[in-house]
Amino acid sequence: MKAWWAQTRAEVRMTVRRGETLLLTVGIPVVLLVFLSVAHFTSSPTPHRIDFVAPGILALCVLSTSLVALSIATGFERSFGVLRRLHVTPLGTRRLIASKVAGVLVTEALQVAILASVALLLAWHPRGGVAGAGAALGVLLLGSAGCAGIGLALAGRLRAEVNLAASNGLYLVLLLLSGIVVPATSMPSVMRRIAIVLPPGAMAESLHRVLGQGMAPTSTDWIVLVAWAVLAPLLAARTFRFD
Amino acid sequence: MSHAVEINGLVVNYGDRPAVDDVTLMVDYGEVVALLGPNGAGKTTSVETLLGFRAPTSGTVRLHGLDPLRHHDEVVIRTGALLQRGGVWFPMTPRQVIDLTATYYDAPRATTELLELLDLDRCASTPWRRLSGGEQQRTLLALALVGRPRVLVLDEPTTAVDPEGRQVIRSIVRSERERGCALLITTHELGEAERLADRVVIMNHGHVVIQGTLDQLAGEPEVILDTSGPVDPVRLAIHLNCPVTLDGPLRLRCATTSSSDLLTVLSEYLATIGVTIVSFRTRASLEERYLQLIADERAAAP
Repeated sequence: MKAWWAQTRAEVRMTVRRGETLLLTVGIPVVLLVFLSVAHFTSSPTPHRIDFVAPGILALCVLSTSLVALSIATGFERSFGVLRRLHVTPLGTRRLIASKVAGVLVTEALQVAILASVALLLAWHPRGGVAGAGAALGVLLLGSAGCAGIGLALAGRLRAEVNLAASNGLYLVLLLLSGIVVPATSMPSVMRRIAIVLPPGAMAESLHRVLGQGMAPTSTDWIVLVAWAVLAPLLAARTFRFD
Repeated sequence: MSHAVEINGLVVNYGDRPAVDDVTLMVDYGEVVALLGPNGAGKTTSVETLLGFRAPTSGTVRLHGLDPLRHHDEVVIRTGALLQRGGVWFPMTPRQVIDLTATYYDAPRATTELLELLDLDRCASTPWRRLSGGEQQRTLLALALVGRPRVLVLDEPTTAVDPEGRQVIRSIVRSERERGCALLITTHELGEAERLADRVVIMNHGHVVIQGTLDQLAGEPEVILDTSGPVDPVRLAIHLNCPVTLDGPLRLRCATTSSSDLLTVLSEYLATIGVTIVSFRTRASLEERYLQLIADERAAAP
């Protein structure tokens, strides 16, 4: 427990000090939140654009931190030999991954606090009440675990440079396909069907239902999120390579 | 009681190419073994297999009598390792990373003690990316020592280390051996191996060429002389009553055991031809023996 806690604190400290990570996890989401809520760039299924944009941006926070930032940072740790060294210490794969996931959750808590504050300043009116907030929290946690599993699975197998390209490419594709900035209803049905079985898609759809319409996530969304939250970290733990 | 390190008939293939071919070596607690060989000899692959980075193609490796793949958690808690291409998070300082690593162990050594021991006090608060190569290497050694290991595996520990740093590393190797730790050190620095190792293992092309103590490796007894001027080996052989060969313009190898009588005869003869002794050794240096063995291997290769 002592090692896990110390490692988690170190992970958070390094994340918040990394300029490029801050740009990805806070800078881009804030810019997108403001831009998409004031610009008539896409159609909006809600009367106030911010009520559609804000839940999507919360899903984007998870995507950027759990998948992209985590994957890139871990990939370079492997490239620079940090993971090789850790392999011959008693920290172990499970505690390392648990620390990284915990570090990601702390970072996301900070992101959500910042993004929600900015959204409220832009007249966001989240719906769903206390139950909705609880459901949204559950969605974010499950989505984080799923995205982190995918990010670590990529970082644990690919060369750092390939992983960097793959993570950024995936970020762009999922940003456009997951109903985060473009309403899923505007997309072709095939793409929509693919999007909702991926963690960011299921997250965005659930958050739009909960915070945008005051409804509960569908059972399909819960199943998708739980499945990814369990299977992706397991896959990462099984396939993770330290060198 | 089992050996601290046991490598038995180890074979590791990369695809169809054998990187390590039937290597057997042991290290006991309280012993320093140096693993030598040219680049590509299979030293690092052997060490990495020992540490559980990869599975042997065949043969066995044991640390503390345990399989490093199946009992990884138990093995690493009692083993310290300094790896080639092992690194630290760039923003972290030696003090921070030692503090963090200490939390992985139940009874770690104190950070201040390690900083002092490795002469890292002055750079304890400098981020990793700004440390010199030698400071980085000493920080990695400190991390290997945090858990009070019973086995230390050091892969090229003196790479990029200045003479002062080498002295620090040497003194740590000696004190760890006195503490009862087993040390397996891979190195290209033959002088370091000669100073530190109880036994030496020389590898080439994935297999062990020779292993033994420095005395065993030195081969037959001989006297090696460096002289101030040229000496006729035939005449010297007659005076010493033993075979003498030239090994360079001013170096002679006399196939005999050193004695005071020999030294007297030698000095008297050299005085008559106006030559003095520059150096006198009673066995080949490890470097000479190593170069000879590797050359013999190359000559014998098909």
